[in-house]
Amino acid sequence: MTRWLPRTYLTLVYLLLYVPILVLVVFSFNDSRSGYAWGGLSLRWYEALFNNRAMVQAMWNSLWLALSAATVSTVIGALTALALHRYRFRGKQVLNGMLFVVMMSPEIVLAISLLGLFLLVGLQLGYVSLLLAHVTFCLPFVVITVMARLSGFDERLPEAARDLGASDFTMTRTVLIPVIMPALLAGWLLGFTLSLDDVVVSTFVGGPSYEILPLRIYSMVRVGLKPEVNALGTLLLVFSLVMLMLSQWILLRSKR
Amino acid sequence: MKQTLLSLSNLSKQFDGKTVLDSLDLEILDGEFITLLGPSGCGKTTLLRLMAGFEHPDDGSITLAGQNLTHTPPEHRPLNTVFQNYALFPHMSVFDNVAYGLKMEKRPKDEIRQRVDDALAMVQLEDFARRKPHQLSGGQQQRVAIARAVIKRPKMLLLDEPLSALDYKLRRTMQVELKRLQRELGITFVFVTHDQEEALSMSDRVVVLKDGRVQQLGTPREVYERPANLFTARFVGETNFFAGRVDAANGDDTITVDVFGLKRTFRKPDFQVFEGQPLHVLLRPEDIRVLAPDSDDGVAGKVVERNYKGSTLDSVIHLDDGTEVLASEFFDEDDPTFDYRLGEPVKVSWVDGWEWLLPEEDADAEAEASADA
Amino acid sequence: MRSVMQQPFRTAVLVLVWGWLLFLVLTPNLLVIGASVMTRDPGTFISLPLNLDAYRQLFNPLYLDVFLNSLYMATMTTLICLLIGYPFAWALSKVPRHRQMLLIFLLIVPFWTNSLVRTYALKLILATNGLLNNALMSVGLIDQPMQMLYTEGAVIIGLVYLLLPFMILPLYAVFDDLREDLLRASHDLGAGRLATFVHIIVPMTLPGVLAGIMLVLLPAMGLFFVPDILGGSRNLLVGNVIKNQFLDARNWPFGAAASIMLTLAMAFLMFAHRLSKRRIGEDGV
Repeated sequence: MTRWLPRTYLTLVYLLLYVPILVLVVFSFNDSRSGYAWGGLSLRWYEALFNNRAMVQAMWNSLWLALSAATVSTVIGALTALALHRYRFRGKQVLNGMLFVVMMSPEIVLAISLLGLFLLVGLQLGYVSLLLAHVTFCLPFVVITVMARLSGFDERLPEAARDLGASDFTMTRTVLIPVIMPALLAGWLLGFTLSLDDVVVSTFVGGPSYEILPLRIYSMVRVGLKPEVNALGTLLLVFSLVMLMLSQWILLRSKR
Repeated sequence: MKQTLLSLSNLSKQFDGKTVLDSLDLEILDGEFITLLGPSGCGKTTLLRLMAGFEHPDDGSITLAGQNLTHTPPEHRPLNTVFQNYALFPHMSVFDNVAYGLKMEKRPKDEIRQRVDDALAMVQLEDFARRKPHQLSGGQQQRVAIARAVIKRPKMLLLDEPLSALDYKLRRTMQVELKRLQRELGITFVFVTHDQEEALSMSDRVVVLKDGRVQQLGTPREVYERPANLFTARFVGETNFFAGRVDAANGDDTITVDVFGLKRTFRKPDFQVFEGQPLHVLLRPEDIRVLAPDSDDGVAGKVVERNYKGSTLDSVIHLDDGTEVLASEFFDEDDPTFDYRLGEPVKVSWVDGWEWLLPEEDADAEAEASADA
Repeated sequence: MRSVMQQPFRTAVLVLVWGWLLFLVLTPNLLVIGASVMTRDPGTFISLPLNLDAYRQLFNPLYLDVFLNSLYMATMTTLICLLIGYPFAWALSKVPRHRQMLLIFLLIVPFWTNSLVRTYALKLILATNGLLNNALMSVGLIDQPMQMLYTEGAVIIGLVYLLLPFMILPLYAVFDDLREDLLRASHDLGAGRLATFVHIIVPMTLPGVLAGIMLVLLPAMGLFFVPDILGGSRNLLVGNVIKNQFLDARNWPFGAAASIMLTLAMAFLMFAHRLSKRRIGEDGV
């Protein structure tokens, strides 16, 4: 294989992946009302965005939802990973299988099944239903991230701590959690992003009492072009880029 | 006479129905360097883990200086462990690793600082206190692990194959170092290894283990020169086994044994002998004499292999009846041409009195021993 | 370890995890199965008697068309992803190590970016007076704007754009594991490039291909917002049908039956993936 062919090919695909994003970013600074022609630099769409109170509220709602969903799923996911790693119990394979199924099943299947459940138990659709649903689909990703870290974990470390006088609880606090911390952070960031990005599940289990960003964007972009969305998209892009770099930095730093 | 520090009585442990320790009894003396030696799967690591408290015995008890420890969790046992791959906390500096045990005791900061500094000085790592474990070499990590384990001044230090990850030269240095530390600290060391050379050179006493049972307990010299059974003989060092038959039990504490058709006079062994009894005559390679083919003494054979080992010349000799003999001879200063050609006919002999006699064991036990060896 | 662990902690963790999964995964899925064999009810969504009407309805020509069309779109999406992704992953695995990390990072950046926003960005490009049409007209390739938005093609482009990384990552993983010495051994034994490709590379990378298909094909049937934004709100995907049946038409049994079909498709793909892995001696999952 000649060297330039694969390189050109890689470059081309990356271009295709990034051109739409670049266009979005560039047009977010476009002064023109029409979405297609360039009308000079301007921050008016960012201004419009922040003057839209419902939009700002949806942003805060989304952030809060993502924060809480990521945190809850990290706690439960880390405990699950620890249980899978440390304990032998009946039905371990079933538990593993269920997590795998959640991860692999089409989002829409998860969405309707949860909607059915919430209506059956009479749960008002809103923050709580969104939180339960988001934690559920984030859970397997956290478990996998933490399990990966635990599989490279030296089984002798907890024993060394116990040997030196630490109780089980102290050992967990001073050795186990610090060692798996990078995985916890990575899992948390992944959960945060998944939650912030979710459209499919939220469409089903969200309610008018708690409007979140993806649903608001969804209703805006279904018809026509809305220049504010360019600005919002750019902000989200920068935000997730920062989050992603943060998680990569944590992972790299933790590698010995 | 040294006192018993730790006594294990009737210890049994099974994993998934497989017996790892089988009603084992052992007394460890205060201040001694004792080694648990055996092939992998013999139960030596499990035994150590039971002492440390990481596992609980199915049956039996562990008593330390009169105090029953059988069900005491590891954090309440006055003994510490040096782990096989050191198990240093990767997220803590060398200082914090060594200080961990004292912090658990909630000692004052000044005392911790002083004692950690002393411990690091003892292992010559004063300048490395701020490093992280991954910035240290294998030998340095090993020293940190030792400093961390002795800082609480345990009654006993458990070492689980601590030198296995080091290269040969470093292992040698660390062996000497460990001996020095043990003398200086006066702590009882329980050392686990599968390396018989290491066991012999370091220990006051060696426990040879197989299938969860003690095969022999004795000084290195006893274990090497007077193995209690075929397994120990094969596992510790190289040995030639010759088939013999008791010809006559003499009155004067000697017996006459028929080996390769030669009548040799041996010291009477500890076990009962009767005329016509088959037994094993054990001779270490260094006890074998290789003689010229025209000597009066010895059994005829020819050299099939020769390995120059620096200070010794090791050869394999095929006797005419098919028996293989290992011989290890020191170079003779007076004979610069001392060497053999392959295929050269020789005679093999030994000095009577250097042999060790063992009775025939059950056929299956013997097969097992040779499989392990 | 096990023996020194404290029991109450263990019990609490297991109860929490099992409780969560039983309540939020198992029960809902049983509900869907239950709903699919019940009767539609305007008031309570579902009611007795039990029947298989919903499944029968799936084969109603109107819906059968949607399903076949959705399958066609998803298959096209998957094929295009595979055609782009396979050589891409191969080329990526040949790049020097240090640069590979950066390239993979660049690949997952879009994955971390809001998918609605990215779909919307495509709209900017594909619109009648959008960038692509303007560009093509200015270089004289076309005289008047082409209708690109609100076509099936636009939806497929959107799906490919969103799902391509999911095809590339598993493929990259298998190419990364593909040891150079296997290829050398094959050449050494007299196989040409084509023979090596057919007999070594394809079977060795098959698990990655199937994992990629699994990660692309099913979402490609379910991502209802892509046709909503790029396809002009027609019932193009199974996902749109399910969503409409649940949220608009309130026909739960039918929506449930449709989603069970999707789940069965997933189970089938997972099974195929497992088989292909076993073939090259790796354990499943």
